[in-house]
Amino acid sequence: MNSFLGKRAIASAISLVGLIILVFFLSRLTGDPTDLYLPVDASLESRERFREINGLNDPLYVQFFRYMGDLVQFDFGMSIRRAEPALDAVLSAFMWTLQLALITMSLVTVSAIVLGSLAAFHVGGFFDRIATFFSLIGASAPDFWVAIVAIVVFSVTLGWVPTSGTGTLWHWILPIGVLFIRPFGLIVQIVRGSMITALSSAYVKTARAKGVKNRPIIFVHALRNAMLPVITVIGDQAAALLNGAVVVETIFGFPGVGKLMIDSILQRDFTVVLAAIFVTAVAIFVMNILIDILYAVLDPRIRY
Amino acid sequence: MAEHLLEVRGLTVDFHTARGVVHAVRDVSWHLDRGECLAILGESGSGKSVSASAVMNLIDCPPGEIVSGEILFGGQDVLKMSDEARRQLNGKRIAMIFQDPLSHLNPVYTVGFQIEEMLTAHDTPKEQARARCMELLERVGIPDFRNKIDSYPHQFSGGQRQRIMIAMALALKPDILIADEPTTALDVTVQAQILALLEELQAETGMGLLLITHDLGVVAEVADRVVVMNSGQIVEAGSAADVYRSPKHPYTKKLIGAVPGSGEMAAPLDTGIKPMLEINRLTKHFGAFVALESASLTVLPGETVAIVGESGSGKSTLAKTLLRLEDATSGEALYQGRDLVTIDARELFALRREIQMVFQDPTQSLNPRMSVYDIVSEAFAIHPEILPKARWKDRVRGLLEQVGLEAGHMHRYPHQFSGGQRQRIAIARALALEPKLIVCDEAVSALDVSVQSQVIDLLTKLQQEMGLSYLFIAHDLPLVRDFAHRVVVMQGGRIVEQGPVAEIFDNPRKDYTRNLMAASLDPDPEVQAERRRAKRRMQEELA
Repeated sequence: MNSFLGKRAIASAISLVGLIILVFFLSRLTGDPTDLYLPVDASLESRERFREINGLNDPLYVQFFRYMGDLVQFDFGMSIRRAEPALDAVLSAFMWTLQLALITMSLVTVSAIVLGSLAAFHVGGFFDRIATFFSLIGASAPDFWVAIVAIVVFSVTLGWVPTSGTGTLWHWILPIGVLFIRPFGLIVQIVRGSMITALSSAYVKTARAKGVKNRPIIFVHALRNAMLPVITVIGDQAAALLNGAVVVETIFGFPGVGKLMIDSILQRDFTVVLAAIFVTAVAIFVMNILIDILYAVLDPRIRY
Repeated sequence: MAEHLLEVRGLTVDFHTARGVVHAVRDVSWHLDRGECLAILGESGSGKSVSASAVMNLIDCPPGEIVSGEILFGGQDVLKMSDEARRQLNGKRIAMIFQDPLSHLNPVYTVGFQIEEMLTAHDTPKEQARARCMELLERVGIPDFRNKIDSYPHQFSGGQRQRIMIAMALALKPDILIADEPTTALDVTVQAQILALLEELQAETGMGLLLITHDLGVVAEVADRVVVMNSGQIVEAGSAADVYRSPKHPYTKKLIGAVPGSGEMAAPLDTGIKPMLEINRLTKHFGAFVALESASLTVLPGETVAIVGESGSGKSTLAKTLLRLEDATSGEALYQGRDLVTIDARELFALRREIQMVFQDPTQSLNPRMSVYDIVSEAFAIHPEILPKARWKDRVRGLLEQVGLEAGHMHRYPHQFSGGQRQRIAIARALALEPKLIVCDEAVSALDVSVQSQVIDLLTKLQQEMGLSYLFIAHDLPLVRDFAHRVVVMQGGRIVEQGPVAEIFDNPRKDYTRNLMAASLDPDPEVQAERRRAKRRMQEELA
């Protein structure tokens, strides 16, 4: 197990370095921040000073090695835009995204597992129809559209919840509700399919011959076996949310890492872009490890 | 009329499928009393398991439908009971064990949990359940049971897993144990142990034992009475000895006639012929595990060499190494003077034409999305020098006829054929390359006895017509006795004994071979009874 974790950590560190190199040079292609931050009629001297301060005058490779040198000491540099360390800006935004992702995925996981299992137990029954309905919406309605319609209906017309921001618990309802639909629709189908296979397996037949009641047959015998493909998809969906739900965060004015990233790209705030990519990549790496560990916990035949 | 412990009366079960209604069983009646063993004998598709599944409420309705009949347990019709009442019967009064214990035990829970669950599902307190579980594991002979109780099913051997299933089934001392092919997936020596354990436990508890099997040998060993089923109906019933001695129904006669092991043994081929295949000290290690150690044997042109042994004896590794599906660790395999172990990819490609393989399970080894024509003609696509494309169709037609299939069916898909027909397709596919040697890895093990003998006849016919050699890997000794020229016995990766078939069967020299022979069951109940008496005498003398 430890050697497995070590190998995974090294492999991830290598890809992280690759990613940073790629993003470092690609982001420079978006243009010179000077054009964006200084007035159009700014003098050549002030432009020169701005570049000097932000280290933009050196050749690109010098900038790169300086950046990597700082990075080794966990110094991600200052944000050009915000006048605070880039990492601080990213971490505070990331905490928002993390909360949003955790709450959404917990709700998705629990409800998709229950509904998907019941749907599988009575194929074509009531629960099966609900599952199909949500899957259809999740697969066909784009989230920016759902988000806007939800604001129009629940905030503007009915006035039940605020349109944007993060002040109270009420602020969270719409973003969570909108982010919920797609992963829920997908995962409920995976659970259903996986549970249909598990429920027709030989060990479920044994359990029935033993006189085990229906509920433990579904949620003890079949479910644990059916979970492996499900947690793979849960991990995948959670990764997408950790990356920042860019569209939904923007529409709801939610100060998460997705919104920060898109803003920083538009503002050519390179240090923040890089720090954001670094933080989310580490988070996704940690989550993948957790999922691998969960595999081994769920299925004793899997050992690393 | 005396009341039976369990009685099935006039049971008819249909299954509604996409292709119409299938009558799984029609008007089936049998009964079982305390302390006796009833066997339901039948081949696949005969409906032999259906009435037992109906007893256990394991038939899904729909697609199943119990059209008519009664199932009386202690005088009460269980078909009229509520689901909850039937749940309470299951496990507590009537328990069941199955063919393949690995897939019938839940892979993600410990065996202790699964045995205890049988008790707790029927309201035994948890602490008592644990103690009873220990007792049961000890009783069925699981070594080191105190530690093993928290192990998972995959950490046990096949025989131990079936012992665990038995322990679980007997946890609540049921009145009836239904055993559905309980030893089919096991080696013969393990089969003998499991059957002995079942008999012992039956004597101890006085339960009724319902045994569902396709194996006349198993019937002969344990059954008092037997019911023979064919295509959903009972064709014959009676005491096991009577049915074997004087079968009345033509189907029963055919079934008994198809049992291998009584034919004439083949004479060895002339040793003056130059061998086509010479394996010298072939060895395969997987890490520290020795799968095959220094195996040496020869195959003559037109000869059938059988490799027998229990699971894990290395017989399949030998075949795979020979075909370079695995790379040998050391040793050589000279095929017409060229070493299969070391030749390069191009030469190997050419040689692959001459050495073909037929696998155990044609359902898995034939691509379900390719038609029979595609499967057979793929050989010509890979080796274009065999045949121009214009003549593929004629050749496929010829091959199908040669293996006894209708040429008109070449555009059908594998699932539209029966198991025996599928294995014929696999043989036609192998023949398409005009091989000189065919490696058959348990090629008939998955087939019913009557189908088995047809496929063996086909292989014999092809050998006579085309001078083929076979390397025939099998665990079924009576079959090997009827089919092979020479026999190689393997154990733990090594060859322990080899020689002409008559020599091995009439005069085995090694204990291992002798045990293997002794464990293989005779279809004659009297022969088995005599063997049991002899064994008991020997044990008494030892004691």
